[in-house]
Amino acid sequence: MKPKLHIGVLALQGAFGAHTEALRKCGAEVRLVRAQEDLSGLQGLVIPGGESTTMSNLLVASGLSEVLKRLCQDGFPVFGTCAGMIMLAETILDGRADQVSLCALDIEIRRNGYGRQNDSFEQDIIVHSFDTPFHALFIRAPVIEAIGSDVEVLASWGDRPVLVRTANILACSFHPELVSDLRIHKIFLSIVENFSVTNPR
Amino acid sequence: MATSSTRSVTGSFPVKRGLAEMLKGGVIMDVVTPEQAKIAEDAGACAVMALERVPADIRRDGGVARMSDPEMIQGIQAAVTIPVMAKARIGHFVEAQILQALGVDFIDESEVLTPADEAHHIDKFKFTTPFVCGATNLGEALRRISEGAAMIRSKGEAGTGNVVEAVRHLRSILGDIKKIGTADSAELFEWAKRLQAPLSLVQEIAETGQLPVPLFCAGGLATPADAAFAMQLGASSVFVGSGIFKSDNPALRAKAIVEATTHFMDADVLARVSTGIGAPMTGIGMDEINQRYAERGW
Repeated sequence: MKPKLHIGVLALQGAFGAHTEALRKCGAEVRLVRAQEDLSGLQGLVIPGGESTTMSNLLVASGLSEVLKRLCQDGFPVFGTCAGMIMLAETILDGRADQVSLCALDIEIRRNGYGRQNDSFEQDIIVHSFDTPFHALFIRAPVIEAIGSDVEVLASWGDRPVLVRTANILACSFHPELVSDLRIHKIFLSIVENFSVTNPR
Repeated sequence: MATSSTRSVTGSFPVKRGLAEMLKGGVIMDVVTPEQAKIAEDAGACAVMALERVPADIRRDGGVARMSDPEMIQGIQAAVTIPVMAKARIGHFVEAQILQALGVDFIDESEVLTPADEAHHIDKFKFTTPFVCGATNLGEALRRISEGAAMIRSKGEAGTGNVVEAVRHLRSILGDIKKIGTADSAELFEWAKRLQAPLSLVQEIAETGQLPVPLFCAGGLATPADAAFAMQLGASSVFVGSGIFKSDNPALRAKAIVEATTHFMDADVLARVSTGIGAPMTGIGMDEINQRYAERGW
């Protein structure tokens, strides 16, 4: 049997519980991350949806922002959903002036770009490597306005990318943790697996 | 490659419940002005509740408490980027229609306002905007969920700065969920009857071991310790009403409560954030109040 992958879920605020459940269903060992010492021995990190301004405050207060920035620079696998994708983005539009970013993903992102809660929606989307559509929930979701040349688009909705990847960073504007379909979490776990082969713990 | 349908669905139950999920592990703060809303957002609130008077003042002033002035709600919506909630009276579906038209992100059908209907809560399935409702026990929680609530909160005595009632509600709801987890299938019928709740929801709890929607704590929270207490008891987030802006130093206290809610298991962090934040609201004992809001709604 393959050894279990050890994945952290950033648990400062937001949907960390739903991600934990999804990752466990995929067979991963999951630990909630609230402080620097929680990161030791992990092979990948998920940054969940929630409020990016709240998470930004708590990242600074806990001293995690610099540590996570370095991890991203070193090629550590990180998966950000919704607010988690905002945290990873190089450029944040309509954010707060003091909002921190891990600057790990060369995209320009607009907070709440799809509107308020009344505009939140469910939609089947096409993910290029899947043979059937993926049912996506967009909750006060951010819009990707522009992407850098090294960013690969794995799925789009309308004319906007909604699932993107660069090196070991994966991010989406919707919430795969809120549906029972585990295929997007599995993409991340395969990134983690490949990374771990060349970078043993 | 498969083709996808082009039709997007808004206002579905998963979309409503999804926002409740995003608010977990956070603090939702009562605010009465755009300036207070900014202070709340600066401190790390995951949402604000826009209202005309905090519960402590509603209690003091008496009279009929209604939905807030739309102009005031819009002012708060313009001031912050985080979700904005607002309260409608129990049963007052027209106030809820107006709040939906204003584009608030969550509607609280709240016992803190004067009830508008003595027999009926709002049919929340008719709305695109999600609803949160209060509950003192599991039966009440399940009746609200069966009417379409996407989030349940305890119904602690708002405006008192006294957490005892919210704790009673959390313990009652979570205690019964635990008991249902050990019940056999025949006993579930009896549970549904006793709780006056739909059997299907009772069966769902037996299967999953949890409430079908997130359970938050509200009513009487005044300190970082209160917030962490609610979280350790099993709440997923906390609402803080009068507790912040009726204290000596709202900005410091708000930030401390946010940190305490995230690091609710870490007593060292709780000790640090509880230090040097000024005096909390004074608060009142349960025997000193003449109107229990929790008795409103059924």
